[in-house]
Amino acid sequence: MKLAYYPGCSLDGSAVEYGLSTERVARILGVELKEIDDWNCCGATAGHNTDKLLSLALPARNLALAEKEGLDVLAPCAACYNRFKATEHAVREDAGLKARIEYIIDMSYSASNNTISVLEWIKRLGIDNLKAKVTNSLKGMKAACYYGCLLVRPSSHTGFDDPENPQSMDEIIKALGAETVDWAYKTECCGAALATSRPEIGGKMIYEILQNVKEAGAECIVTACPLCMMNLDMRQGQVEKRFSQGFNIPVYYVTELVAVACGDDPKTVGIHKHFVEAVSYLKGLPAKAKAMEEEEAKAKPAAKTKRAEGEKPSDNSEDIQKKIDAILKGLEKNPEKVVSKLIEDGEKVNILADVIKNDEKKRVKLAEVMAQDKEKAIKVAEALIVGEMKKREKSSN
Amino acid sequence: MEAVTRIGPLTEDDRRLIEKLEKEAGTDINLCYQCGKCSAGCPVSFAMDYTPRQVIRLLQLGLIDEALGAESIWICATCETCSERCPRGVDIASLMDTLRREALRRGKVADKKVALFNKAFLNTVKKYGRSYEAGILLYHNLSTRQFFKDAELGLPMMKRGKASPFPEKIKGRDEMAKIFARALEAGRE
Repeated sequence: MKLAYYPGCSLDGSAVEYGLSTERVARILGVELKEIDDWNCCGATAGHNTDKLLSLALPARNLALAEKEGLDVLAPCAACYNRFKATEHAVREDAGLKARIEYIIDMSYSASNNTISVLEWIKRLGIDNLKAKVTNSLKGMKAACYYGCLLVRPSSHTGFDDPENPQSMDEIIKALGAETVDWAYKTECCGAALATSRPEIGGKMIYEILQNVKEAGAECIVTACPLCMMNLDMRQGQVEKRFSQGFNIPVYYVTELVAVACGDDPKTVGIHKHFVEAVSYLKGLPAKAKAMEEEEAKAKPAAKTKRAEGEKPSDNSEDIQKKIDAILKGLEKNPEKVVSKLIEDGEKVNILADVIKNDEKKRVKLAEVMAQDKEKAIKVAEALIVGEMKKREKSSN
Repeated sequence: MEAVTRIGPLTEDDRRLIEKLEKEAGTDINLCYQCGKCSAGCPVSFAMDYTPRQVIRLLQLGLIDEALGAESIWICATCETCSERCPRGVDIASLMDTLRREALRRGKVADKKVALFNKAFLNTVKKYGRSYEAGILLYHNLSTRQFFKDAELGLPMMKRGKASPFPEKIKGRDEMAKIFARALEAGRE
């Protein structure tokens, strides 16, 4: 795979780690990146806030240069990506605009090439392919994948992931061995430039995101946007001070984590340049993973011995009897609630509840299997439902 | 704003202006049935004087000056949540963008800080072909008379190699000047 590469101003400046790590990921995954020769700034928010034609012409010059070489464009910065997608869309949909843009940039451009984001890029190369390259698993990491606004919206321009509950970054981070959390703010806006122009507003938005990360039980944040990184990392200290609350949550670019999991030293990709110290969390992961593995190993033999003891009646049988009695009580008192642990479908729950209300033998049988083997209990429950449905069908005929 | 605003039928001028704004935004404000989904999901509506729904209502009623003078249009962060969720397909984010530009054209900007930041940003792009963060912040702080704003972040940024005291310049700087001039010219047509 060969792509035109548009680093954008941030990757040369405040997001220098994002640039370093993107280039490392390309090397690791065997992709040739050809930086667009003499590229210019996309105009960012200032452009589209000021002049519509200018905001389309600035990206168009870069896109036209890549089109000449017949290459798709990788734009890691979410803001550049958004402006490029908007330009492609305008040129494809509006012939009048296309003509004016071509006049302004003094080049032909018909948007025959496509801009892709970092998430789309890594996913397209294959999650299994990525998994095979992991040498330093990130097991032990608990990450909140933060997509922000512009990677997934407007979906009519981006379209590679769900705009409300995107998953592509989660898939990538899980492939590296880490755990990702479900959380409410994954596509909320970080406030972008408001943190600079209107800090009283922007600061509150950053605070709420950090707060939600914490509440969801995540220990770090993963992003694919330089502006999100700046707000969540560089301004985390300001927000902590203003709201008198400590967070100390490290923030990583998705590409940094890919490179580190595939064997790079955190310093090679610039993780030591972050404002919230982010190297030691990574260094602590192997010990955490080891503890987790020991925990898992302990849990396994314990389960085995339990089963072995269950075979020959021993002291354990008393425990099981207690459990059966408790479940039986539940089934008598509130059968719908108890069986809904086995069956999701509301109608089926009602059928099963009816069956066991009227048949003590079946009730006891279900309680017995539920106490010992949930999977078997689900099968028994389903069999009871099927039997009852057949019976009802017959009687209605 | 006066306590009482008289609402009458739209004048011919108002109608033409709204049509022009709609065309530029690529959206139709009369599709909006005021459900408020845009404003419920808006992450900055808490700080706005008019919610996005109310901004559209102002336009529907022909209260164009009120809409253009709203601080809201400068607080909008263009996160696109509203446009993504609108059940009627109104592109509210694009409309906000258009209102900002119209307010600029008329020199009627409710939040000068954002407009000055944008100006500082584009000036560096015009001059160098790249944005030049240190220059933007310096110009922004000077023009808004907030001399020490974020000053504590400047040195750590430079120490980390994340900000340069000098601008990055492209070779095609004359092309940049041409693009800026032609965009201005083509916009007047």
